[in-house]
Order: sequence, then C-alpha cells, then structure tokens
Amino acid sequence: MNDNLILLPVILQLALALMLLFFWSKTKWQRIGSMVGNTLFLMVAVYLFVKIYKNGVLFTQAGDWEAPFGITFVADLFSATMLVITALSGLAVSIFASGSMSRRRSLFVFFPIYHFLLMGISGSFLAGDLFNLYVWFELIIIASFGLITLGGGRRQLEGALKYVTLNLLASILFLTGIAFLYGLTGTLNMADLARKIPLIQNEGLLTITALMFFIGLGIKTAVFPLYFWLPASYHTPMSAVSAIFGGLLTKVGVYALFRVFSLFFLPDSFTATVITAVAALTLIMGAMGALIQKDTRKLFSWLIVCHIGFMIAGLGIYTTAAIAGAVFYLFHDILVKTNLFMISGLIHKISGTFKLKKLGGLYSQYPKITLLIAIPLFSLVGIPPLSGFWPKLLLIQGGMEIQGYLIIAAIILGSFVTLATIGKFWLEVVWKEQPAFTYKKHFIPFSQLPYIQKFSYVFPIGLLASVSLFLGFGAEIIIDIVNQIAFDLMNPDAYIELILPKE
Amino acid sequence: MEIILAVLIGFMYAAGIYLILRRSLVKLIVGLIILGNAVNLLLFLLGGITKGQPPVIGDAEKLLAGVYADPLPQALILTAIVISFGLQAFAMVLLQREYIQGGVEDLDNLKEEDEEK
Repeated sequence: MNDNLILLPVILQLALALMLLFFWSKTKWQRIGSMVGNTLFLMVAVYLFVKIYKNGVLFTQAGDWEAPFGITFVADLFSATMLVITALSGLAVSIFASGSMSRRRSLFVFFPIYHFLLMGISGSFLAGDLFNLYVWFELIIIASFGLITLGGGRRQLEGALKYVTLNLLASILFLTGIAFLYGLTGTLNMADLARKIPLIQNEGLLTITALMFFIGLGIKTAVFPLYFWLPASYHTPMSAVSAIFGGLLTKVGVYALFRVFSLFFLPDSFTATVITAVAALTLIMGAMGALIQKDTRKLFSWLIVCHIGFMIAGLGIYTTAAIAGAVFYLFHDILVKTNLFMISGLIHKISGTFKLKKLGGLYSQYPKITLLIAIPLFSLVGIPPLSGFWPKLLLIQGGMEIQGYLIIAAIILGSFVTLATIGKFWLEVVWKEQPAFTYKKHFIPFSQLPYIQKFSYVFPIGLLASVSLFLGFGAEIIIDIVNQIAFDLMNPDAYIELILPKE
Repeated sequence: MEIILAVLIGFMYAAGIYLILRRSLVKLIVGLIILGNAVNLLLFLLGGITKGQPPVIGDAEKLLAGVYADPLPQALILTAIVISFGLQAFAMVLLQREYIQGGVEDLDNLKEEDEEK
C-alpha cells in the first residue's frame, strides 16, 4: 500500500534535531525536548508497526516518480520492528544522557547530533534503494564521528581516529560494490535489482560484487577479521554515546546485510560457506577477546563482536528457522547491548572506575540495583526463559536442518564463553569486596546525587530490562513476528511485485 | 577512453591502499582521499561512457531514442563527492587535533588505548 506516512520517523527526528539546535545554550530544554521527542518517536514507530502488522508492507515513491526511476522507501515488518526497537533504545539513552551528562558536555550539542544519528538509523531501515541506503549510512557515520569525539580527551581522539579511518574505508568499499552493481545491471532500486540479477551471465563478477558488499558492510558490522576498530574505540566516549553505538550502529550493518543477501544476492554455496565461516570465527575470536579484558566497557565491546556472530550465522545457515532466530537475536541484542553500556556507566558512577580490579561490593551497597542488572546480564547469556535463549534455540534448530554441526559448535562455544565472562564480571563487580580507593577530584558519586538524577540513571536500565523480560516471557508473540519476517525475507517475490508491478 | 580510465582507476586504488598502509597520519588521509576519488571515477566508468550524446529529448520526439549518455552516474558521483568532502574535512581536523594533543605522527605509536596501565 502506498503511504507517505512511513517517512514520519525520519522527518520527526530531523525536525527534533533542528529544533534542539536553537536551544543550544539552554541544556535543560534540550534534555526535555529530547525525551519528549523520543517518546513521540516511539509512538510513531508503534503506530507504523501496528499498521504494517495488520495491512502488510507500506511504501512510498519520493516525488511520485515510479520505481525504478524515483527513490523508493519501503517499510515491511522487519523495518517496522527495527524502528520500534530503535525507538525504545533511543528513548532509554535520551533519559540516561539527560541524567548522566554534565552541562559542559551538553553544550557540545550532544542532543542535536544524537537526533541526527537516529534520523540516519531510521532512514536506513526504510531505504528501498541501494544508493539511498549508502547516503543514510554516511549520515549515520558523520553523526557518530561527532558523538565519538564529543568532549575530545586525548584517549577519546585516539579511539576516534581508528573508528573514523575504518568507517571511511568501509564506505569506500561499499560504494565500490554499488558501482560494480550499477555497471552490471544499470539500476540501484532493490526490487529492480532482485529482478535483474538472476539474468546476469557473468557469475564470477557477481560473486566478487557480493563479497565487496560483504566486506564493506562487514567492517561496519564488525565481523571477523574486520572488527579490530570496535574494541579499540567503543570504550573511549562517554557512557551514553557508547550505549547508543553498542546497541545500534553495528546492528544497522547487520540489517543491511540481511536485506542485501536475502533480496538480491541470494547466497550460493560459495558465499554461504564464506558467511558461515566468518560467523564461526567471529563468535570464537570475540569470545576469546572478551575473556581476558580487565575493563567493563572493553569487555562489553568484545561481547558485541562475539554476538554479531550469532546473527551472521543465521544468514549463513539460511533456513527459515535460522533467519527467524537471527532476527530475534538482533532485536534482543540491540536492547541488551544498549543496556549493558548504560550499566557500565551506572557502575562507573557508583564506584568511580571502569577497571574490574578496582570494582566490587555492588551487592552490599545497592542490592536492588544489582538484582535489576542481573536481568540483562542473564538474558545476554541466554538462561531460559530469558530473551537470549529463544533465538539460540531457533539458530541451533536451523543449523540441524542443514547438518551444520561446526557452526552449531561455534554457537554453543560462544554462549558458553559468554557465560564464563559474565560469571567473571559478576564475581569481580558484585560479590568481591571493593578494594580501598578514592574518587577523582570533582567526581560526584551516585550516592550523593539528587533523587531525580538517580532516577534517570536507573529508570532507562529498568525500562530496557523490562522489554527484555517481555521478549523472553512473551516469546510466543515474538516468534510469531520473527517467523513472518523470516518468511518475507526468504520469499521476497511479494515485496518485489509490490514495488515494481509487472506490466 | 575506457582503457585509459580503467588503468587510471586501478592505479589510484593501488596508490590509495599503499598510502593507508603507511605509518604516517598524513599519508593515511591522503590515501583515503585518493581512494574516494577512485570510487567516483569507477562509478563514472561503469555507468558507461557515451560521447556527444546528451540525454536531451528533441522538440519533435516524446521519448529518448537511440544511444544517449546515462545521466544517473553523474548524480550519484555528485552526491558521493559532497559526502566524501564533508567526511574528509572532518577526518583532517581530527588528525590535526590528535597531532596537537598527542604529538603522535606515527601510527605505530597510537596504541596507548590497547595497553594496560
């Protein structure tokens, strides 16, 4: 169905970012505007989701230029669910940032850049045209460059440098892939590509193009062996920024990989083998990296890398069950990873450090908060019936269908090492007694904060934890949705026919 | 013309990749700029080069007929140039800040973050 309403999330974020720029020096208004705006964003996303769930795919052609000539925006169930999850994480980070950010830091226009970032992310979920997707990606990275350098300490600049270089290179490779594809088919509309690619005779060049896309998007997604920029940079910016990066940025890459490799580069045996091998190695390397970390945020960064492997594994196995599992994992992972980085920010505020060695005694100081952070940590490990369990079950079921025992072994190893890592984290942070330490100068610890600020630290963590709980206990509803998403991804004919009706 | 461009693009990719593998920060950014330009030329080349056939519909016709130059790659390149211009400007300022604050010009010394203190 043709409906211009699907552009509303993008327009809302754009308007919000521009409006907040005018309140440059009034940080209180920026905070309130950001929270109210993201609540509206969540409402719009839920409205779109309900509409698409009931009526099927919505699309719009920019300027009424018909596909393949105009720019197409499409919102199917996958995009709509991603928008809802993004809005939830976005709202949580808005609240968290409002409480945790000093006035001096907010003056570096954090909130406007943050909303530009959310605009780019929502746009990339709606893009129905490959070049348009590239442009949204560039919007995301320029906004993320702004956020990662915000404040500009020396360590932060060093992390930013690695992040910027590798992301620029990834964009160049992605654009190279787009150029090849345009040379091969003469179109960049995704539905049109899906029609024209099966007609191409030159299969060798097509495989090269597919791998070019896999490398370009793979750097952004942080898969093995292209992930080294992630643990080198994600622990340097402030916690609110790490939270939104860790939760959403790599997942946008995963989303794009799913689109590209289900709609027009249908995996043949060669690309499927490459993707599966990369997934297994990502799981193992990420897990090994996480085991030896001594800093909470570095540990969580390595876990991001490790868990990207689960989603890519679903793409490599490529059965309906595995894709459904991977998509479920994607939703679960966005919520939990955002939450983990907010938790590390909260722990930093309580104890004044990120180093595991110097942390400790959280349970004796704040038993209720400890119980709260147990929810996302245990969902991350996948203890049944929490949200991490169901997607892994689906993934292993999918792996059984194609007898991919090696990838199943990697999935189980990845989960097991995650359990070991979280166990170590729990021992060090929660149960161990905190060694003697002094706060840095001018550092206001959590216990001395006013009530409202304490609330803004704990509330977003509770919000995302309760959504995670819903994903786990309401798995029947979610599995229903992800099965439909997986079915749509595996059978894209309806999508193609809708965008580009045959004469 | 195609062959000359293809050789040029190959050379630019090679030069760009060589430069980003060097240890100097300035060479890194120069390499990224060259790679960015190489991609733009690649888009231009793969869009097909048609000489002297502008995509203009004559007075007597209703549709574009015969061979004509594809206008789309130019639109794509224009967008890509503007975007890469912004990103490269940002990257250069970042390098300059990093050099002023850290005094590091050699990428091998940029490992403060990875070492345990």
